[in-house]
Amino acid sequence: MNNRKALHKPNPVPLPKAPTGIQGLDDITEGGLPLGRPTLICGCAGSGKTLFAIEFLVRGAAQYNQPGVFMAFEETGEELAQNVASLGFDLKDLTARKKMVVDFVKIERSEIREMGDYDLEGLFVRLGYAIDAIGAKRVVLDSLETLFAGLTDAAILRAELSRLFHWLKDKGVTAIVTAERGDGKLTRHGLEEYVSDCVILLDNRISNQFATRRVRVVKYRGSRHGTDEYPFLIGERGLSVLPITSVGLSHDAPTERIPSGIPRLDTMLGGKGYFRGSSILVSGTAGTGKTSLSAHLVDATCRRGERTLIFLFEESQSQLLRNMRSIGVDLEPWIRKGLLRIHAARPTLYGLESHLVAMHKLTDEFKPSVVVMDPVTNLSSGGTVNEAKSLLTRLIDYYKTNRSTTFFTSLTTGDRTEEASGIGISSLMDTWLLVRDLETNGERNRVLYVLKSRGMAHSNQVREFKLTDSGIDLVDVYVGPGGVLTGTARLAQQAREASEGIALQSEFAGRKRQLDRNCLALNSQIKALQLDLETVQEELKKIGAQNTFRKAAEAHVRAVMAKARYADPLDNGVHLANSNHRKEA
Amino acid sequence: MPATQTSRRKKARQSSAAGAARKKFMLRLYVAGTTPRSAQAILDAENLCEQHLGGRFRLEVIDIYQRPALARDEQIIAVPTLVRRLPEPLRKLVGDLSNAERVLVGLDLLVRDEHKLR
Repeated sequence: MNNRKALHKPNPVPLPKAPTGIQGLDDITEGGLPLGRPTLICGCAGSGKTLFAIEFLVRGAAQYNQPGVFMAFEETGEELAQNVASLGFDLKDLTARKKMVVDFVKIERSEIREMGDYDLEGLFVRLGYAIDAIGAKRVVLDSLETLFAGLTDAAILRAELSRLFHWLKDKGVTAIVTAERGDGKLTRHGLEEYVSDCVILLDNRISNQFATRRVRVVKYRGSRHGTDEYPFLIGERGLSVLPITSVGLSHDAPTERIPSGIPRLDTMLGGKGYFRGSSILVSGTAGTGKTSLSAHLVDATCRRGERTLIFLFEESQSQLLRNMRSIGVDLEPWIRKGLLRIHAARPTLYGLESHLVAMHKLTDEFKPSVVVMDPVTNLSSGGTVNEAKSLLTRLIDYYKTNRSTTFFTSLTTGDRTEEASGIGISSLMDTWLLVRDLETNGERNRVLYVLKSRGMAHSNQVREFKLTDSGIDLVDVYVGPGGVLTGTARLAQQAREASEGIALQSEFAGRKRQLDRNCLALNSQIKALQLDLETVQEELKKIGAQNTFRKAAEAHVRAVMAKARYADPLDNGVHLANSNHRKEA
Repeated sequence: MPATQTSRRKKARQSSAAGAARKKFMLRLYVAGTTPRSAQAILDAENLCEQHLGGRFRLEVIDIYQRPALARDEQIIAVPTLVRRLPEPLRKLVGDLSNAERVLVGLDLLVRDEHKLR
């Protein structure tokens, strides 16, 4: 009925959905299971079908105020309640509050004889009775296939099942029907023929000795859905399907910066450090100081009063604390203040997905602003490289959505392929720092450079990277004619330059003295010349004066002589004098 | 098998000694509503009891629409279902009751005399 109605709508509104409340599942189904329709959950034994179904009911009753009926064909209500109590589901309480009805349908082959024609109205009546008793909106039938074991007339069963699914739709309840996986088909008894709206497949697969549960939406009529296989876990709080966020790439990108804890590194990263919420990868060979770089970030973050979470895959907590103390970074106070939490576990301890869940759980509890994983390459030992990559992708997505900054260290092998990040995750990273060893003159020295840093101006320089008692120190390297100089070569170069400086200095001083002396000499020469000049000038003056005196004397003599000769009066005398003067000139 | 048969006979002898006219069989017939199939089943069951069990039976007819809780408690899923509640063990017969012989065998309702006759 509903189906036909939906078909006749020219432009159907988005399919109404019933949220399952199962972490992550509502993301991949874009809202939940089809409302008012049956959904088939199939999977092998032990794949989590019953748990899936019960969580759907419990969450429906507790979170969405949709009471539910659980028709159990395999377990009694008592057994069921016990089995799910470990997940924190209190069925007895829900039953007492009329949020849930558990009806155990017992089909005992030895008690039942069949002959002739019959129908399953008894089942319908019981179901209807339970639904009406609490106004149920959700129904689980777990698992209808038991009917095939208890009753032999397959023709009647099929007809009745078909009637049952129509009846469920008419009732408007959102139903889950579970079924065992069959050979080559989804279910052993072909239940998928009856349930055409939504089929979800659960799987529990073992690869490399690790069991991973996976869920896949095989079919979802009238709705978009994630089509991949998504790992899921049965954790302490029920099922969680991961990846929680990788359906869309929709996290926002904060522009806020957080310091790296190493001032000179901040300078290299546009002067301000990493972006908040970005992913940072440090890759390098063994012993290049990756963990120390992370410790600085942790220290700086905790110093600001923000929380940090460290996942260690290689060292224990106390080992890390001791090692970092040796470079002057004491993380212990932050642990005591509750700002730092360290989770150390071998990647091989359990499957990757379990790691993912553990990380999610810790993150949800602790809400860190910085998350460090050291080293991330080790994760691939808990699964294949591809699995590790997909785990990281989902982790990065998850943390970006939470605006947590992630800091991964990646161990590269020493075969000169530093720019391979181990598990091919570099494209997921926003900032990639590379630390590597330079082996020259019989020593290894660490250098660091920023391989990439999205969205910020960053230095293209190589820095020498020194681990000192008081933390990491970045030093400019010397680029000489023989290449980059680090370590003692750099020191030698510095010494050489210093001595050259001294030589230059003394040479300069000598030259200056010489010039000073020259100046002095020139000055004294100038003085001597000055004296000469004065003498000459005096001479000149003397000569002038003598000349005037001689003229006056001459005129006097002439006047005396004229007087004596009784010559013409003054005019003649003047004339004579003038003509004399002219002669002289 | 022979052991159970002898014990059953012993039991039967004891009970018949205690009182022959007692209600020996407690039967319940579950039907759904007043459909022709229900009516036929009721008729078949009554005939069968009258003819083969003499006075030593008690037959209850229950409409599961009226008493759904009972259907749940008695684990009824199909109708019509004829339940032999006593003597133990519980036996259920699902489906067509028109063939009396098969019903009697199916529910193990054959009384002693007939047993001996066979």
